[in-house]
Amino acid sequence: MDYTRFALNPETLPGAVPVRRATVNGETLRGICTAVHESGGLLHALWGCDERDREGGYLLRVALQDDAGLLLLELPVDAAQLCFPNVADTFPAADRMQRAVHDLLGLRPQEGDTRPWLRHGSWPADCFPLRRDYAGSEPPTAEDYPFVRVTGNGVHEIAVGPVHAGTIEPGHFCFSVVGEKVLRLEERFGYAHKGIEKRFETLPLMDGQRLAARVSGDSAVAFSWAYCMALEGLCGVTPPLRALWLRALCLERERIANHLGDLGALGNDAGFAVGLAQFSRLKEDWLRTNQRAFGARYLMDALVPGGTRCDLDAAQRRDLLDALPPLTAELGVLRDIYDDHTGLQDRFTGAGCVPPALARRLGLIGLSGRASGQSWDLRCDHAHAPYDALAVHMAGRLQGDVAARVAVRFEETLESLRLCQVLLENLPGGDVRGSMPPPAGRLGIGWIEGWRGPVLVALEPGADGSIRRCHPHDPSWQNWPVIEHAVIGNIVADFPLINKSFNLSYSGQDL
Amino acid sequence: MLRTLKQIARIGIISEPVSLTAAERGERDALQEKIRRIYGRALCIRHVDAGSCNGCELEIHALNNPYYNLEGYGIKFVASPRHADLLLVTGPVSRHMQDALRRTYEAVPEPKWVVALGDCGCNGGLFGCGYASAGAVSDVIPVDVTVPGCPPSPGAILSGILTLLNTPRAASVQESANQGQQPH
Repeated sequence: MDYTRFALNPETLPGAVPVRRATVNGETLRGICTAVHESGGLLHALWGCDERDREGGYLLRVALQDDAGLLLLELPVDAAQLCFPNVADTFPAADRMQRAVHDLLGLRPQEGDTRPWLRHGSWPADCFPLRRDYAGSEPPTAEDYPFVRVTGNGVHEIAVGPVHAGTIEPGHFCFSVVGEKVLRLEERFGYAHKGIEKRFETLPLMDGQRLAARVSGDSAVAFSWAYCMALEGLCGVTPPLRALWLRALCLERERIANHLGDLGALGNDAGFAVGLAQFSRLKEDWLRTNQRAFGARYLMDALVPGGTRCDLDAAQRRDLLDALPPLTAELGVLRDIYDDHTGLQDRFTGAGCVPPALARRLGLIGLSGRASGQSWDLRCDHAHAPYDALAVHMAGRLQGDVAARVAVRFEETLESLRLCQVLLENLPGGDVRGSMPPPAGRLGIGWIEGWRGPVLVALEPGADGSIRRCHPHDPSWQNWPVIEHAVIGNIVADFPLINKSFNLSYSGQDL
Repeated sequence: MLRTLKQIARIGIISEPVSLTAAERGERDALQEKIRRIYGRALCIRHVDAGSCNGCELEIHALNNPYYNLEGYGIKFVASPRHADLLLVTGPVSRHMQDALRRTYEAVPEPKWVVALGDCGCNGGLFGCGYASAGAVSDVIPVDVTVPGCPPSPGAILSGILTLLNTPRAASVQESANQGQQPH
């Protein structure tokens, strides 16, 4: 894409993924957002920073994706004005991110929704936790949240959560329905907000990957890799090749574990308990293999800055390799069972449909995006090592319904099994951990295609090996609002199935 | 349909026969007898995520897979705190979930138990206490047993739940039950 008319002169940030950074004014920010959107690009993340100790104001950061990679725009925000131009008219996904910027930092878009998003009343409306001078000892206040009311003959509300009937994360869903049919769904999140970004600022730079892994525990490898990638970019180092291949192995194993869990749960939510029993058996086998090879069922702490904490000996490699063909065969059997089950297909087909045009308008991303014709996958688009050597096949469907999201999961699981095979058979020799010199840069970006979609970590080092600011971004931010559209016109009883077919993170967006 | 039946038959029953010594078998039988005496036929669990990273939830799901045969112990997960004997609480308690957790606890009928799950539930874990995190579950509601781990394995969760039945409080509840004074 050509930005010459904006006179941008972006600087390229060092690191494993292509990132250009540029300072803009409000008018240019809006102009570039429009241009990127019109040329088919995306908004990935939007967050703010308190820079009053350095340059006298605040900074709004907007991360866009175009053909060339990530374009990071920085807008200085005056400490007396505290407002920035709204970009949610171009990228609807920005709406909740902008509201979160106000809750945490006190910067407000010039127009748009002014309701709180992450703040429920645990801190007062005029206190902003991500400001550097925030002390944080105010008593909580009780506040009502103004849900949008739907009125009309026979319309009633069903309020669900934050404590749900199953083993699910906390969140609130307000359905306005007529009979069984959903007229409108409004989500209310922030219940799992535990102050992750503030917490980062108390940790050593070399230890932050542990907290990153717990932004959303199901995406531990994706987030810890993104954190390490950001830090390695800052320090100007590339981990040894063997470490990168091991990281990819961990990431693909995480993808497979989550997909297996979801495929079983989707069968169960459509009344096919056999599916849950079979897939949860396969997932348990998979996790036990992790335990034997990596010493942990979940790879929460497998990655460290500069490489990996774990290595594989020949016997462990053999063990991991031996587990691949039986799982591939089992998947084939279960896919045939799912495909041939008319009752199951009847529930899957047409449920929770997001057609490609709507997906593009709302910025649906990750595996749900690929099931609605949005062909983005960082492992293909901007393949960093070792994906540049793997020729990943991108899964995709155009239907955008539950059936399409199930099909994409089957395809991606099989492709990840293939990748595991290649990674294990061709694992390069050498060290698994390189040295980490002190950071030379001011901002590092990590960007990894997790199982749910792309996760992003923006990291700024502070003095003496501390973290000045760390913003982790989960794709659930973009995808949650799309579920509000996906359920319109569906019956209430299909909501659990539709919700599970996206399987978005609450903790990852609540932070 | 035939394919499904064939798959079920081929895999068979995979629940793991726990290989127990005579003493362990005696202990297990005693625990099951306690569950029966204190709660009638089953121990019913309501899970509450009070702000976790969702790692512990993955292992709670795993505990319900066919390998662990949870219902074989007379233990099952239920959909409402009003049906529950035990709250299984995960996460550091976020300040936004404090009220919901307290209300859920109040909705559980007596005698009731609380197991705090994972490092975060035990002591706030990596998230600690802060403007948005209240830390350990025991800072918000009474806790009987803690199960550390990040996340704790299904086996650890199961043995944590079973430990509960050996606490002094369980003995006193059992005593009341024996005397027909169960406070329901």
